[in-house]
Amino acid sequence: MADATHMDVSYIAHLARIHLAAGEAELFQGQLDQVLNYVEQLGELDLSNVEPTTRSTAAFEHPGVNVLRDDTPRPSLDHDAVIANAPAARDGQILVPKIME
Amino acid sequence: MDTCAPMKYEACIGLETHVMQKTVTKMFCGCRNEYGAPPNTNVCPVCLGYPGALPVLNAKAIELCCKAGLLLGCEINPHSKWDRKNYFYPDMSKNYQITQADRPLCLGGQIVTEVNGEMKTFTIERIHQEENAAKNTHDKSGSLIDYNRAGTALMEIVSTPCMHSADDAFAYIQALKLIMEYGGISDCDLEKGHMRSDVNVSVRPVGQEKLGAKVEIKNMNSPSFIVEAINFEIARQIELIENGGKVVQETRGYDSDRGETFSQRTKEDAHDYRYFPEPDLLPVEISAAQISQWKSELPELPVQRRERYVRELGLPDYDAKVLTAEKHISDFFDTACHKTKQYKLLSNYMMGKVASLVTEKGVSVIESKLTAGTLAQVADLVGGGNISSSAANELIEVLFTEGGDPKAIVEVKGMAQVNDDSALEKWAEEAIAANAKAVDAYKAGNAASVNALMGYVMKQSKGKANPPAVIAMLKKKLGA
Ligand SMILES: [Zn+2]
Repeated sequence: MADATHMDVSYIAHLARIHLAAGEAELFQGQLDQVLNYVEQLGELDLSNVEPTTRSTAAFEHPGVNVLRDDTPRPSLDHDAVIANAPAARDGQILVPKIME
Repeated sequence: MDTCAPMKYEACIGLETHVMQKTVTKMFCGCRNEYGAPPNTNVCPVCLGYPGALPVLNAKAIELCCKAGLLLGCEINPHSKWDRKNYFYPDMSKNYQITQADRPLCLGGQIVTEVNGEMKTFTIERIHQEENAAKNTHDKSGSLIDYNRAGTALMEIVSTPCMHSADDAFAYIQALKLIMEYGGISDCDLEKGHMRSDVNVSVRPVGQEKLGAKVEIKNMNSPSFIVEAINFEIARQIELIENGGKVVQETRGYDSDRGETFSQRTKEDAHDYRYFPEPDLLPVEISAAQISQWKSELPELPVQRRERYVRELGLPDYDAKVLTAEKHISDFFDTACHKTKQYKLLSNYMMGKVASLVTEKGVSVIESKLTAGTLAQVADLVGGGNISSSAANELIEVLFTEGGDPKAIVEVKGMAQVNDDSALEKWAEEAIAANAKAVDAYKAGNAASVNALMGYVMKQSKGKANPPAVIAMLKKKLGA
């Protein structure tokens, strides 16, 4: 789905909520451009009759489609264990920094 | 609900409606899909987004999504796949939502429904399967997250911008809700957030092909608020254009207290979801055989049920329309129809006494003590001349509030009609003796004067005499 051979590293970092230190944006921009240019070589091939690859997991072990399960409940995690795993909690809910003004 | 829009503008409205499917478990894990459970008890590594946890598709959710599509006349996509929609918000702990971007399960479709007496067709673009977000609540110190709802099965039904008024949108939502309920796809309980719509509104000069800039009003569940928001928005946009302004494409909220939409300042960056194919899920392929199997399992839709009531039960179309407007009422009526042949009487009670009790007591017919079986018995008692219509209303009220056996109640409360000839004969003779004037008038050819005599008998019998039997007895006595 990549639509260009150039992606602005600062913008991507912002979308991913990653803070880049001084100089890192320039460093990664060069590296990213190189990778994208490399992948861009695929554009030289005529792929109009090739289906996109949609499987990447265990593709050789089953037909590669329709891996489904029955609508039957399985045990959930222990509530206390879940809460213990959260950085902060209150009243059985997970507490996060305020997300609305 | 009419807008005060001048004739030279046309509104175009599209709806993206999220419907929560009636599955036992979530979309990608075996945690229960359960409303009202204690917070964070139906959660696991998959729906909490723990690293390394892998999703597995719920077959029932796929079936319900496709059946919803078949009920709406969609084409089922033989090859569909999954994508990640990336965003950072604590209600989606993986930092992406699994959805379907370019190959949804269902394509096309339509809803045909009545808007102010006119049949209209609204077109559907697609239905895709995705997952629900967690529930957030906010207070002074922070936001609290309950992940019980996270990862439950959610379908998004996207209409084209084919609606042109708030009335159109209202009719579309009502029809869609009814189809989802009848189809067993969703309970569509608005209070529980089973059905929420994002509403897109734009206006353009009549005759212009290109759509105007659209405003999106997010996450609305009340149909009446949707109507208010659309009407406000159409008027606001037209006024803006008339005054030389320009509509800005944006997301707006609806403040139901003020009856206004308001701009929701967009975060510093525009949404950029960076969709890409979901590597953890394999595509879904649906065969023609599977589609015909599902088609054969589709239940009767409201419009079909309405036709059946007219065709098979001989009800007026008005009755059929009222009775099918809510599924639980129609189901109740259907069950009762298996127990009696007095269909019209049943229909009268459902639309009359039962409906008024529901309003008066604030209890639905399902929650009441009345059952389809006891209501059918009431209809049989009236149809067989055992109790009068007024006694039937009284009996229904007792059954509704207290329940019990209709025949036993009739006995205990002395509601039975008297059909017994000797008792009727005695009352008829008394009536004739006490109403000489009416008797003379009747004999002089005024057939209606028999009603005066009839009234006398009903009074004497405290309403228990069976009216047709009284008339017959009076005529016999007078004619003799
Ligand atoms: Zn889970």
